[in-house]
Amino acid sequence: MLNLEVAGMYLRNPIILASGFLGISQAIFERIYDEGAGAVVSKSISRYPMEGYRNPTIVVLENKSYINAVGLSNPGYEAFSEEIKTNDKVPLIVSLVGSDPSDFEIMTRKLDGSGIIGFEINLSCPHVQKLGLEVGDDPQMVKSIVETTKSNTTKPVFVKVGVGSTNVLDISQAALNAGADGITAINTIRAMKISIDNFNPILSNKVGGLSGPSIKPIAIRCVYELWKKFKVPIFGCGGVSNWEDAVEFMIAGAASFQVGTAIGFGGMSVFNSISNGIVKYMERKGYQSVKELIGRSHKY
Amino acid sequence: MVDHTNTDILRSVQIEKVIVETPSIRTIIFEDKHSVASMPGQFLMVWIPQVEELPMSVGIKSLGSHKFGAVTVRKYGPGSTALYYKQGGERIGIRGPYGNYFSIPKNLRNALIIGGGTGLVPLVRLFGDLLHNHVNTTLIMGSRTRNEVLFEHKAQKILTDNNRNGNIAFSTDDGTYGFKGSTVDLAESILLSKRFEMLYTCGPELMMKGVQKLGERFSIPVEASLERYMKCAIGICGSCCINDRLVCQDGTIFDSNRLRQLTEFGVSYRDKSGRLSYYIPQS
Repeated sequence: MLNLEVAGMYLRNPIILASGFLGISQAIFERIYDEGAGAVVSKSISRYPMEGYRNPTIVVLENKSYINAVGLSNPGYEAFSEEIKTNDKVPLIVSLVGSDPSDFEIMTRKLDGSGIIGFEINLSCPHVQKLGLEVGDDPQMVKSIVETTKSNTTKPVFVKVGVGSTNVLDISQAALNAGADGITAINTIRAMKISIDNFNPILSNKVGGLSGPSIKPIAIRCVYELWKKFKVPIFGCGGVSNWEDAVEFMIAGAASFQVGTAIGFGGMSVFNSISNGIVKYMERKGYQSVKELIGRSHKY
Repeated sequence: MVDHTNTDILRSVQIEKVIVETPSIRTIIFEDKHSVASMPGQFLMVWIPQVEELPMSVGIKSLGSHKFGAVTVRKYGPGSTALYYKQGGERIGIRGPYGNYFSIPKNLRNALIIGGGTGLVPLVRLFGDLLHNHVNTTLIMGSRTRNEVLFEHKAQKILTDNNRNGNIAFSTDDGTYGFKGSTVDLAESILLSKRFEMLYTCGPELMMKGVQKLGERFSIPVEASLERYMKCAIGICGSCCINDRLVCQDGTIFDSNRLRQLTEFGVSYRDKSGRLSYYIPQS
């Protein structure tokens, strides 16, 4: 009922761990899969190891949202390749981050043979200079990165877009023209939290990325517009906290959706509770396959 | 209006007093009702503006009839050093308490606590709770040298207040106070002459690994408080993972059954980038 194929990836359900959450160790990937996720996206992997920013790297807000500036900490593609070399269980999508096409070429070549089902290119990290959104706001750079990645793998390549200075549709157009198999929308949105007690921005990087329910309506709008314009596979991302949010993303046009922030409030059981909720909803509505939900709101 | 019931949200607290514990360790005391409600083994994330945010074991300190939250800090890196030099009247940010806590099984009759350095912070609290629960408890307090012995007076006072229903033993690396050698060696000699029903430990990981081995050898359950590099403390970033467990949420306390499954325990840890590093170099 929940199983589906998205851009050549066969998933037991459409619930995917979003990049940036928990994803650096094979043991944790397996636990998340055992907890009910349909697939797992790793933390963004870069050419060289990155320690990230010093703490505080995460601020919890009142409304079950977070602002984070972790700074893309990751062990680098070589150590990560070693980490996942035994993976034959978890449908793993590797998120890649880099500043030019050569980074993506070397990483894709190395990781393509690992037990993974696809790649997600992070073109939208909002808080690290020269990586992420600065790259993602340049359509020409997006084109050459996607072309390079695609030419080094036969696996599906998704591009994760964010709300930067360039329109989500324009960046997605550039990525799709260059051969991307789908779009992940959206990344976190640049945001701040300042202490009124001591006047300091709380994050060590001062600016971070906002995630959680605060950004969901914006993410829904982006997914809706992307589906309307391109009718391509979309991973919806941004504030999925429960099955109702998940259904809303799918009827807006998402083929699957990613969950992250909600784990901080509901723990890893959130994957199963969303699954169960969608199944009950589909039974109530009389749907046979979760695919029937994709883009359903566009009839109206 | 800020939601003061959500302990994940950073709150600003004023430092009431600073106590000098040893030449390199101080205890910072502040008003905070959530800290006062904490249990031994839980921790706070402590924000030192412009410097760091650090996980710190949370304690309770009574000044007169009023209870305050407390963290004990050893001057070490930039964050801990900045916290160490904080003065009464200054403010810091805190969130938490986080994590699970040491358990005291019903009908427990006696216990051995093995602690080293600032690992003694939660253990001295636990020592008081065990004695209060009529558990005959021996506390091993390990340090490098005599003037670094932490909380000796506090532990002695707890013992006196609880009719001496327990013991305190000291070990120092250089032999300047008590047993010369490791806490694990001292624990072994104590276990050879007396039967205990529970071992509690917190301190350097290789010391705790030694305690785990003693537990296996003498068939005694162990609870150990583990430490890993931590960022979020709320179970989302994965920095503190050990095998498939998150120290911030699934721990920091792990029991014998879990420790046995944690093949990284006493062997490896992840650095800030997530790469595995080894306590003992691998051949």
